[in-house]
Amino acid sequence: MVSSEFAIEARGLSKHFGDLRAVSKLDLNVPRGQIYGFLGPNGSGKSTTIRMLCGLLTPTEGTADVLGTKIPGDAKLLKPRIGYMTQKFSLFGDLTVRENLQFIAEIYSFPTRERKGRIEELLVNYDLVPQQKQLADTMSGGQKQRLALACAVLHHPELLLLDEPTSAVDPQSRRDFWANLFRLAKTGTTILVSTHYMDEAERCHRLAILDRGIKVADGTPQQLQAATGMHIIEVMADDPYAAQIAVDERPEVASVTQLGVRLRVLIPERHAQPLDIVRDALARGNVAGEVQSATPTLEDVFVAVTMKTEDRDR
Amino acid sequence: MKSLSRLNAIIKKEILQLSRDRRTFGMVFGVPIFQILLFGYAINTDVRNLKTVIANQAGTHLSEQFVSELRVSQLVAITGTAETAEELETLLRRGEISIGVLIPADFDRRVADRNRAAVHILVDGSDPTILSVANQLRSMPIAFDSAPARDQRQELIEIRPYYNPERRTPVNIVPGLMGVILMMTMMMFTAVAIVRERERGNLELLINTPVSSAELMIGKVTPYIAIGLLQLAIILGLGQLLFNVPIRGSVVDLYVAGSAFIAANLALGLLISTATRTQFQAMQMTIFILLPSILLSGFMFPFDGMPVAAQYIGEALPTTHFIRLTRGIMLREAPLFEMMPDFLYLIGFTVVVMSIAATRFSKKLD
Repeated sequence: MVSSEFAIEARGLSKHFGDLRAVSKLDLNVPRGQIYGFLGPNGSGKSTTIRMLCGLLTPTEGTADVLGTKIPGDAKLLKPRIGYMTQKFSLFGDLTVRENLQFIAEIYSFPTRERKGRIEELLVNYDLVPQQKQLADTMSGGQKQRLALACAVLHHPELLLLDEPTSAVDPQSRRDFWANLFRLAKTGTTILVSTHYMDEAERCHRLAILDRGIKVADGTPQQLQAATGMHIIEVMADDPYAAQIAVDERPEVASVTQLGVRLRVLIPERHAQPLDIVRDALARGNVAGEVQSATPTLEDVFVAVTMKTEDRDR
Repeated sequence: MKSLSRLNAIIKKEILQLSRDRRTFGMVFGVPIFQILLFGYAINTDVRNLKTVIANQAGTHLSEQFVSELRVSQLVAITGTAETAEELETLLRRGEISIGVLIPADFDRRVADRNRAAVHILVDGSDPTILSVANQLRSMPIAFDSAPARDQRQELIEIRPYYNPERRTPVNIVPGLMGVILMMTMMMFTAVAIVRERERGNLELLINTPVSSAELMIGKVTPYIAIGLLQLAIILGLGQLLFNVPIRGSVVDLYVAGSAFIAANLALGLLISTATRTQFQAMQMTIFILLPSILLSGFMFPFDGMPVAAQYIGEALPTTHFIRLTRGIMLREAPLFEMMPDFLYLIGFTVVVMSIAATRFSKKLD
């Protein structure tokens, strides 16, 4: 059972809510001991997929093998072996930090003799010692999130499912949070984390980009960046707004994004001389600007792959 | 003008939101219809058709004539006959009848002599309304066709009020109030307790743990059973201390009946929690069950006085059966085994409703 190299293998996983295809025919291979990211905008099916994988939702079609357990069907066997962190804080606001941990330990039938030690360990590891007697509702977003993670990992789950865990916390808390995730991955925990932050996606060992229920790309961040199929051109313009309008008029240009005074232009690789295309566009629009090639970022990858689905929809 | 436009915006928004909240919108029509039916039909102080059994030991022409007079009065509904006064007392104690009519063997002679009461009317006097109906029976005519001696008539019918000779209202109200208070708190506590966890997202966390639906439900209601028993003790204590309400029967019986009733209401609360999404909806639903439980359970108005349709609704409510049990045990000294149908109804109700609730409560989100 433990022999498979993948913690999660999903085949053709779909979930429809009425006419809405929240997730369509998703294939997924999540290697053990890695941090696997789900990158996608709101409504792309990240939460629905995570909920199907832990047995909260029944797939309309398809199956998944999670830690050797069949989904749908045997989700009950899976519960003691996974940890799940909901998007919204879901612990008990009217219990203290320590009481919440105590409750979770009892729910998971954590061995009584080791219980106290484990809770102390978690309080220290997740920097909650000063708050241990505080009611969870009165804590800051970052503290709540540390408590939620501590509760999710208390029973040493083999697989951790995190649904947009950092959407409500500040950048410093996010950094600390990721440090914790890497520590967990190092001890062999497989982590599936959904996010809509590019910088977080970049930290994952592997990731899948979801767009309106469809997996549009997957691989390591480096692989994805290497295979955008786009020329990336950066434009420094005095009037970036006018420049954007001028560049966007060219049919070869797939996308233009303004980043402050700069523009990031994506042109499919099939067009030769992309720099000339942009320069020409600027000249026609009578806008001054410096044009140069750039290396793709994950955001470029994201723009490129989600654009393909828009083309497909048409 | 600006203020008017802002006011307009708020009004429009409110109407839009209201029209989208189907349940609240339903209350707009549901509440008046429901209330007018309940109050209109249930509130009836002009009680008729009280359940009555007659023990006619005389069996003479005159006594039969009296019985048929009783029948046409419509104050009583004669549901059967008995032989002895003891039988009537037993039926009264079990709560099967409100009035027992005893016609002694020497009825004809008593009527003729006019020195002793010729008819004894045994009344469950714990309910003052029933007692006043019984008092109306005094004006029933009894006489040989030839000699209607009207002036001495009252001596011929003797009313014997049982269980509440001082005719004090609290004696009747407190045992019923126990049912109403317990049902209100038990049902509301459980319904809201689970819906609150759903609202706060706790439920999504809980159903992802190894906890089973049964463990979750039983665990949630157990503390409330203790609270319910505590409430029972408070009401009983205060009833005795302040209003001198007797507990003539067995306290153990009372607690056994109370436990069954608490379980029935917790099951109902769980069912409500599976049918509602917000605490507000859960409260509304509770009130929907609470009102008929107050009005149609025999708590406020004698059960016999209600129209048949209202009686059917009343029979379905656990509160009706519990109030019969508490009045029986506390006032009429009836042992629980004499009132088994009411007790078994509570048990059956709990089992059925709990099963429905457990089936509806799924460990999934879809």
